[in-house]
Amino acid sequence: MIELKNIDVEFGQGSQRFQAVKNADLTIQKGEIFGIVGPSGAGKSTLVRVINMLQQPTRGQVLIDGQDITKLNRKELRKVRLNMGMIFQHFNLISGSTIAENVAFSLYANKYPKDKIPERVKELLDLVHLPEKADAYPANLSGGQKQRVAIARALANHPEILLCDEATSALDVENTEEIVELLKEINQKTKITIVFITHEMEVAKKLFDRIAFMEQGEIKEVSDIYTAFTEPREPIAKSLVERVLNVSVPEALKVGNDEELLRLSYTGDDSYDPVISMASKNYDITMDIISGKVDYIHDKPFGVLIVMLRGEESERKKALVYIEKNVYKMEKLGGK
Amino acid sequence: MNETLEIIRSEFAQASFETFEMVFISMAAAAVIGTLLGLVLHLTSNPLFYRNRIINGIAGTIVNIIRSMPFIILIIVLIPVTRILVGTSIGALAASVSLSIASIAFFARLVENAFSEVDKGVIEAAVAAGAGTFLIIRKVLFVEAMPALVRALTVTFVSIIGYSAMAGAVGGGGIGNLAIMYGYNRYQTGVLLVTVVVLIIIVQLGQWIGDKIAMALTRK
Repeated sequence: MIELKNIDVEFGQGSQRFQAVKNADLTIQKGEIFGIVGPSGAGKSTLVRVINMLQQPTRGQVLIDGQDITKLNRKELRKVRLNMGMIFQHFNLISGSTIAENVAFSLYANKYPKDKIPERVKELLDLVHLPEKADAYPANLSGGQKQRVAIARALANHPEILLCDEATSALDVENTEEIVELLKEINQKTKITIVFITHEMEVAKKLFDRIAFMEQGEIKEVSDIYTAFTEPREPIAKSLVERVLNVSVPEALKVGNDEELLRLSYTGDDSYDPVISMASKNYDITMDIISGKVDYIHDKPFGVLIVMLRGEESERKKALVYIEKNVYKMEKLGGK
Repeated sequence: MNETLEIIRSEFAQASFETFEMVFISMAAAAVIGTLLGLVLHLTSNPLFYRNRIINGIAGTIVNIIRSMPFIILIIVLIPVTRILVGTSIGALAASVSLSIASIAFFARLVENAFSEVDKGVIEAAVAAGAGTFLIIRKVLFVEAMPALVRALTVTFVSIIGYSAMAGAVGGGGIGNLAIMYGYNRYQTGVLLVTVVVLIIIVQLGQWIGDKIAMALTRK
């Protein structure tokens, strides 16, 4: 279990002082895939680097299975890091070493028995589906392959935690998919705790169990991934979720006197087509679909529709009651 | 013409040996001590290792002082040191002392640069993997900087060849000295030409070998 308690990270001094992370509190459970999302500059990379003390926090505690690692000396910290793999946006492989050597590096760091290293390296390269690349150099690999090597290196010493700092941000869609699948597979196989930083909500949707939204150094919202997409609370969560659902309201849209703009959310248990048609059939109203999308999180469908409800006020009221009862969630975005 | 051949025949082997001696000693000193000094400069400036402004400042200042002195002045300044170290201030061995010190300072800066060019992310990944400083130096810093280090050593070699000619001023001998003694002081243009050609070939050859090795070590 990872617990961050009241973490502050400040850079610079005096008037140049900049607070990258403000009073961050987080608890990440063993075995879960926990994601931190937010716009660039939100402090999420800084925060994840605090977990393995690549970044020393200015204030606060980092507890790994109850042990505060902010007070450790170099040697003790190395021991903690052996139990924590990390992968990066730009892979950070040793360009002058072969793939096998890159993976073996973690084993050297752990003083792994020399004669058993080739065997373990082979095992790891099999795990990331790259057994044939042992003698190649990083420059000869694609981005996705490089990241898989980095994953093999990060997992070499059977760590309980894997930190991923924008691990898919430099990859194309296919390679991203490949890495996401691999991480899921590894998480299921080994029960490793994964902390994943990204600004890509598509990745969040496919990979995370729980998610934290960060903005301007603060953690604004933490929830399970399904709730995050179906019921985002904070503005930052809403805007990021909406971007992925692509259901933002067109700016030019004007809401007239007898109109109401609604945001309808659906979950796996509702089916939404009848609601619209039934409402227009049973009440004297019309409904325009402005935009909408159905998506899946962990195979559970959910959808969002932005609709314009038009009609006499009394009819609208009745329709609203009906709609609200039959959708997962209804929000009024505009109109009276 | 005959005179030129005569001089070359009688003096050139000795001069070549002296040049070889001076260059070999100072290259070895640069490669060992210069590398260590460059490493100290890097480790004390990089926050991922042991950033220490005081040690870095002192080492940096010493390197700068040596490097800012014209070599001929450095030789003179170092005469007392040379006497203590080798018992005399004359001869190839004596010249090697100041040549070595100049080479160490020169190479140390290049080494520091080579190390600081290593991708910070790669070092960070090594730190995150739980590796100790010694392992990171061995398996990351040196591996990643090796092509640049070889190039730096090549540049140092070329500089040392140049400096070794000046070493003639303190009776260091060598090919450069041959050129000054006969070619310049005694108007033996033939000797001057031969030595220049030989020096050009040595430098070209050194550069070529250095480039080849650096290229072979580059995996990007």
